Amino acid sequence: MRSSSEIRTALFFLAPALAAIGVFFFIPVVAAFIMSFTDFDIYSLGNWRYARFVGFKNYIQLFEDPLFWKALKNTLYFLVVGGPLSIAVSLAAALLLQSPLVRFKGFFRLVYFAPVITTLVAVAVVWRFIYHPRFGVLNYGLSLVGINPVDWLGDPNWAMPAIIMMAVWKNFGYNMIIFIAGLQNIPKELYEAASIDGADRVHQFTSITLPMLAPTTLFVTIITVIGYFQLFAEPYVMTQGGPLNSTLSIVLLMYQQGFRWWNMGYSAALAFVLFAFILVASLLQTRMQKQAGRL
Amino acid sequence: MKRIGQFILYALLIIIAGTTLTPLVWMISASFMPAGQASTFPPTFVPERVTFEHYVSLFTRLNLARYLFNSTFLSIAVTLVSLLINSMAGYAFAKYRFKGRDSIFKLLITSMVIPAQVTMLPLFLMLNKMGLINTYMGVIIPGMAGIFGIFLIRQYALSIPDSLIEAARIDGASDFRIYWFLILPLCKPILITLAIFTFMGTWNDFLWPLVVMTDDSMYTLPVAIANLSGEHVQDTELMMAGSVITVAPVLILFSAVQKYYISGIMAGGLKE
Repeated sequence: MRSSSEIRTALFFLAPALAAIGVFFFIPVVAAFIMSFTDFDIYSLGNWRYARFVGFKNYIQLFEDPLFWKALKNTLYFLVVGGPLSIAVSLAAALLLQSPLVRFKGFFRLVYFAPVITTLVAVAVVWRFIYHPRFGVLNYGLSLVGINPVDWLGDPNWAMPAIIMMAVWKNFGYNMIIFIAGLQNIPKELYEAASIDGADRVHQFTSITLPMLAPTTLFVTIITVIGYFQLFAEPYVMTQGGPLNSTLSIVLLMYQQGFRWWNMGYSAALAFVLFAFILVASLLQTRMQKQAGRL
Repeated sequence: MKRIGQFILYALLIIIAGTTLTPLVWMISASFMPAGQASTFPPTFVPERVTFEHYVSLFTRLNLARYLFNSTFLSIAVTLVSLLINSMAGYAFAKYRFKGRDSIFKLLITSMVIPAQVTMLPLFLMLNKMGLINTYMGVIIPGMAGIFGIFLIRQYALSIPDSLIEAARIDGASDFRIYWFLILPLCKPILITLAIFTFMGTWNDFLWPLVVMTDDSMYTLPVAIANLSGEHVQDTELMMAGSVITVAPVLILFSAVQKYYISGIMAGGLKE
């Protein structure tokens, strides 16, 4: 009886959000997809009519572009090394903070979380000086234990590891909080029962903590993978993608192609390749989650 | 045995804390060093003499006051506008029954997997046509509504009993009054959490402001810092002062409201 007026009021509440998301999110997604099949460039900026359909040319060009493969390889390197490393540090920190022997938990948690809050660009500038080959704090620290100076951001072999170290420093506190929440959800009785049965700490960890933490770990993995695929500000500020393109990421290449060279059709194709990777990764992981749930 | 375990635990905790804090402490310390001190060997952690010259020159010689204003204004504007729009939608999804509600909601949630970078190019062209490149609206418009915000508020509003809303309705309250005077106060914890997330997200955002703000006077702090760090590679102490000004407001805000922020992350983590 109230239903028609209920629809009208619901529409009143929903209209601003749906309009904003429709116009400034969904339409651009569709437009970007169409754009990726055109040769939209700097001439089309003035008049969109100058853009022509070129079929799959951008995608073909992309897969023939050594720079794309380089960017993909670098991004996967960042993801495959940095992702697990950051998750491992997060879990270790969460476990340390869960120990009943530790006091001042709130203090340590606050300290570990501080880098998460900081502005990425600002701390990237700081880390650029920490990595300075002559005056940097890191090389000085290494020299105290007899390690020769490393040109962290100037050596193609070390630039990506340097960016990974900084990213782990910046990010581990976030996943640590999620792990702490996951650990608190494990019933204490399980550990009590296990210790009555004579299981030692290591055994308790592998047979209770890790399995009970599996859904949390999966969630953390998904958000980490999605986030790490979008690597941009670190190389933009610290290395501009160099040296020798060793830190060029997919999003950085997309930014350069789209907004520096105005090859917007090509850049849109890159954006959809990025999207495809993120989609496949999240689908794989949710499928794993479902399978794990069935066991 | 227990003593040794405790010792190792604390040793590890302190090592991690030291590693975490060193870059931040060095940033603050170097920002007060006289020009050139940060570029000496061996590196020093304490200023030879404390100087505020870099902060002064950021505000007098460089345009830092303007960037600070831009960042503050945009973060507050995006937070207020998106809080209003998201809370209205979240409430409607939670408490109104209409055809297509669940399928629209599902569509929104599913599309959260699309990375924002996909929308950037057409969004830039659209805003360019509308004459909004290099304006505050260019940053505010794409941040007006967010699917994650709608989701958070909907989940929270679901827990509000229908009987409360019914009672208000019987008393003759209009739908908008119910939303404004009943729902919003009840949703206060999640609204605060979302406000902090949005404020910090906008403050720290880099890629979109970099694209949309083309004129120096419109830069936000991260864009300005990235730009300055290219021009002032040698001025370590100056750059550290700029970084401190960029990082300090969010760190101070966070330490004041960390309870809400942490609970927001935990809510997000546990929903899966």
